[in-house]
Order: sequence, then structure tokens, then C-alpha cells
Amino acid sequence: MKEENSENKLFTDRKISRRLLLGGAATAAVVLVQTSVGKMVQAAVPESVVPPLLTDSTSLTAADLIADPTRIPGRGPSVSGMPSSFENPQRIPSLTSSRTPLQDLYGTITPSALHFERHHGGIPVIDPQKYELVIHGMVDKPLVFSLADLKRFPSVTRTCFIECSGNFRSGKEEMSPQEICGLTSQSEWTGVMLSTLFREVGVREKASWFLAEGGDAAVMTRSIPVSKGWDDAMIAYAQNGEAVRPEQGYPARLLLPGWEGNTSVKWLRRIELSDQPYMTREETSKYTETVKGGKIRQFSFVMDARSIITFPSFPVQLERGYVEIRGIAWTGRGKIVKVEISVDAGRSWAPAELQGPVLDKAHTAFRYLWKWEGRETEIMSRAVDETGYVQPSYQELSAARESKGGYHFNPITKWRVERSGKVLLGA
Amino acid sequence: MNNRALINRYVITLLFFVISAVVIVVTSLKRTKASYPEKFGIGRAASAAEISALDIDVRPDGKGLPVGSGDIAAGKLIYNTKCLACHGDGKKTEVKLPGEPLFVDYAEFKNNTAGQKADQSPKTIGTYWPYATTIFDYVRRAMPYNAPGSLSNQEVYHLTAYLLYRNHIISSGTVITEKSLPKIVMPAKEKYVEDDREGGTALK
Ligand code: HEC
Repeated sequence: MKEENSENKLFTDRKISRRLLLGGAATAAVVLVQTSVGKMVQAAVPESVVPPLLTDSTSLTAADLIADPTRIPGRGPSVSGMPSSFENPQRIPSLTSSRTPLQDLYGTITPSALHFERHHGGIPVIDPQKYELVIHGMVDKPLVFSLADLKRFPSVTRTCFIECSGNFRSGKEEMSPQEICGLTSQSEWTGVMLSTLFREVGVREKASWFLAEGGDAAVMTRSIPVSKGWDDAMIAYAQNGEAVRPEQGYPARLLLPGWEGNTSVKWLRRIELSDQPYMTREETSKYTETVKGGKIRQFSFVMDARSIITFPSFPVQLERGYVEIRGIAWTGRGKIVKVEISVDAGRSWAPAELQGPVLDKAHTAFRYLWKWEGRETEIMSRAVDETGYVQPSYQELSAARESKGGYHFNPITKWRVERSGKVLLGA
Repeated sequence: MNNRALINRYVITLLFFVISAVVIVVTSLKRTKASYPEKFGIGRAASAAEISALDIDVRPDGKGLPVGSGDIAAGKLIYNTKCLACHGDGKKTEVKLPGEPLFVDYAEFKNNTAGQKADQSPKTIGTYWPYATTIFDYVRRAMPYNAPGSLSNQEVYHLTAYLLYRNHIISSGTVITEKSLPKIVMPAKEKYVEDDREGGTALK
């Protein structure tokens, strides 16, 4: 390897003495320098020119700040990068979930490290070499697929959101978008279409449901109509260009675009084809909602259209003048066709600009230019999807369901802007 | 037309066919994109043994239930040692327990079940679960939370009987079996409706 040799030569040419390496000389320091081919080499250079940024090649912190970065060479390349230490968006974890900091993000892709989590038995560690997915039941030929097998099939990449159906919180004025509805995230997923695997095992015509089962401590199970499997279900093994994150189902998960997050079973180990649903705990005791007339609604798979203004929102302190109102809108029923904004507490509405390309079942960014003169008001957004569904107000939704909240609650979020510029969650 | 002209014509036609055939063969050999087959032949056959080792689900019609029976008194003993610490004993507790109540005893909730005040009453097996088979399936796969999968089928049967009893679904002395469990009609069953939302202007 010619290149490597010439690189190393650069450093060895400096003739590092043993004394220098042992740090005996006050005039010199030993630093680890990473060459562009990823090799760590030791180099001794006079203290006066030791670039502070070279002393630690993996993390760059505010302490490494220097007055004039144009005067000293910066840190070299590394094997894997980190976000700037000046930026620190964080999930809010509880015992069983963590929420995406929607107000701190840009565009529509959620960085994998910030994808929301919801698990029912913790995150399992699964050896990708030993991973297997079994498909059996009402099929011609029950098969076992290794991870390598899954990757050999034709692959598909699509961008869509995953939202937990229990994604509505309220009750305080001081709540951020993350606290209100941070259980939605968007990734670019890559994997194999479930329909490809269905053909491979020969799903029988009489099969109408399938059970998806995870290999976590909850051995999570959901019954899914077979039609979704033939339509757009995927087995995803990659997320945003890298392997699926452990908390997102490594090494492979089910992905049901537009459907409540729990159905996209993570750490997928088994699929059983059946002619009826299994009525698992997660589709009876949980993930069902009380609706009109004291009824309990079951198998509410699709996520209804929703939007939220992520800027300005609590805890932003608003300044007078031009404000670009920004946010995201999404629907499980296809595309968002319109987002409307009201800056006068719902008296009038005007369309926001949508950032294209608008994708199917995906977070869609919107923006609306507003000039805030300092008056107290309420600002809000409402999403309209391609079926003509209009995101309801809390009062409308509550009346239609005869319920105050619960699963699949997607009301308009209002932000009260006070004269002081304080932004609070409206009632 | 003389003979030579006829032969020439034959030769030209023949040449035409030969050249076309060669072109077709060459282009098809050069084509690298395969067409999508019905099957790829990827994956290995799953043996009956490995399927049954994983296949622990129980359906409402009883498919998947092992042969066995459950006894309320035996279930109480197991519950008290393996479940009570997290799920309580039906009494109101000072601190929130790690697991939700699976049955409630206290008076304030007594008449508050079966949908009257659906938002307030705790959702328990007796007030909210539509199928008894789900108890067996869920407890066997996921409980106790700190040692999932550790219960024997026998223990799960006993626990299922005890939970049904504490929820006033079966009376004392009832023994449940793989035959009777699927036949139990749960009080909440009649309240279940399938999702009928379909977008558009109707708000449901
Ligand atoms: C260490 C605490 C703990 C122990 C011990 C425990 N559980 Fe649980 N249980 C939980 C938690 C936590 C959940 C909720 C899990 C989730 O997030 O999905 C739960 C859920 C349940 C549910 C579902 C409740 C519902 O309404 O959906 C049942 C039934 C249950 N447990 C039965 C049992 C039985 C039977 C035992 C004893 C064998 C047991 N549990 C032992 C913590 C515990």
C-alpha cells in the first residue's frame, strides 16, 4: 500500500527521539495523530505548535474552542463522526418510552439516535449471525430466513413515519412539541417487501391474517390483515443508511407504513399465517380506544392526519418581526395535500407552503411567513390529507368520540403567544 | 426468373435469418437484468420441531392451548408469590405499583365498570378484556415481567383460573381446561367494535 507508506513517512521523517516520546522534554508533547487511512501514529511536536484539537481525535468539545480557528489546523478525520458538541438535542426517556425532540429538528428525517422508542420488555441484544425469521402457518412451504437471506432478496427503500397511536399529551401550559406528540419519527427504511417473502413461502388464499412476533422479552405479538402484507409491508434491516438501531428492532423489524407504531413489530422473529386474528393483549387490553356509546374500537390501524407547529412553540421566546412558522404534518392515509395556518386563534386560516417532494405516509414539512406585531394571539395548524380528512379540534374530536383522550387522538395543537413573547400550549 | 437468381434470393433470405438469430442470441446473452422470478429459492425449510418450539400463541378458538386444567386455589398461591408484588391484591395502594391492577376489590369501582364511566374505571380483565384465552397467551409469553417465559403451562392454567375468579368471571370451585377456556364469554366482549374510520369528512 503505497499511500499508507508515504503517509507514515511524513511522520517518521520528523525523527522522534525516545526521550521525546517518553515526554521528558518540556518543549514537546506526544500526540496521537490519525492518518487519513485510519492508522494511529504517534508524533512528537514542539509544545508551542501542538494543536489543541489534535489531542483528542474522537470528541470535540466546547473546551477545545480556540480564538481563531483559521490559525491552527483542526482535528483530522476519524472513523465515525459525532454531532457538534454545541448541539445537544435529546430524547425524553421514561421507563418504557422516549420522545423525539421535534422542536429541535430540521426537515423531516429523524436522526436515528433520536427516533422515539416504545418497548414493552426492554431492548434485546440479538446476534445478527444467529438471527432467524420463521414464516409458517397457512403457507405452502414454511421457511426460515437468516439476516443474510433477507438481504439477498430484492431490496426496497422508502421514507415514512412511524407514530405510536398513544401520542397525545396535554394538561400543562409548559409543554414542548416533544412532550405533546414526540412519539412520531421518520426514517428512510431499507429492506425486503413482505409480499416477496409471502410469494416465497406461498401464502395460501384462505389466509386472511398474520401474527407478527418479536424476539424481545415481551415476545410482542400483533395480528395484521394479510392485505397489508401484500400491499406495502416491509421487513426493514436498515434505517437512514445504516443497520436498524437496536432500539428500533435490530437486526430486522416489520414496517407497516402509516399504521400505528406498535404493529411494526421490532426484533421480528416469527410470522404465522392464519384465517383469524389472535386477539393478543396488545390488540385488546391495549391499543384499543373507547368511542361513542361506550364501545371499544379495535384494530384501529391507520394513523389519522395530524400536524404540529414546531416553531414557534414552548419553550421559545418569540421576538417581534418576521417569524417563519414551521412544523410537520403527516397522515397514514396517503399524502398530505394541505396544511392551513391560523394566526388569529382560529378565526381565519391560510394555506402554508409544503416542502416537496410530498411523500406518501410521511412527515411533510410546512412553513408560513408571519409578521408578529407583539399582540397576544393563538397560532395553530391543521392538516388535510388526500382523502379530504381535516384534522379536528380537540373539542370536535372529543365530542365525536365521547372521550377525552386515549389512542388515536390527533387534535389541533394551539400555541398561545403572550405579549411578552412567551409561547405556551393553548387550551 | 432463372435458377441463379432464385438461389441468390434463397441465400439472401437465409443470411437475413441467420444474422437476426445471431443478434438475438448475442443481445440476450449480454442482458444482465434477470426478470423477477416467482420464487428466489432463498431460505431453508422450517422443520416441524423448530416451528413448535416457537409457536406459543393461543387463539380465541383455543388453537394453541396445551392440554391441561387450572385450579383457582393453586393459582392464588402462585399469584401471591410471583405476581402480587407488582400487581397488588385489588386494594388501593399508596404508591403506584410497577404493574397495573389485574382486578379490583374496592367499593368505589364496584359499580363503575362495564362501560358506564369508561374513562375513569381501571381497565381490568373483567371490565375490558374480550377473550379469556388472551390471559393464557399473554401471561405465558410475557410474565412475570422480571422472568418472562419462566412459568410452566400448569402454572399458567392455575393463574388464568385465579385471575378469572378475582374478576368475577368464574365462581369458586370452577376448574378451567383447554376445552372450557375458549367458551368463556367475557363481559367486555359485546362492547368491541371494529375500526370503521376511512378518512374523508366523517369524524370518528
Ligand atoms: C416485576 C413486576 C411484575 C411482576 C412480578 C409481574 N408483572 Fe405482570 N406486568 C408488569 C408490567 C410492568 C406490565 C406491563 C407491561 C407492558 O408495558 O406492556 C404487566 C402486565 C401484565 C398483564 C397485562 C395487564 C393489562 O391490563 O394489559 C397481565 C395479565 C400480567 N401482567 C399478569 C402477571 C402475572 C400473572 C404475574 C405473575 C406470574 C405477573 N404479571 C408478574 C409487571 C409485573
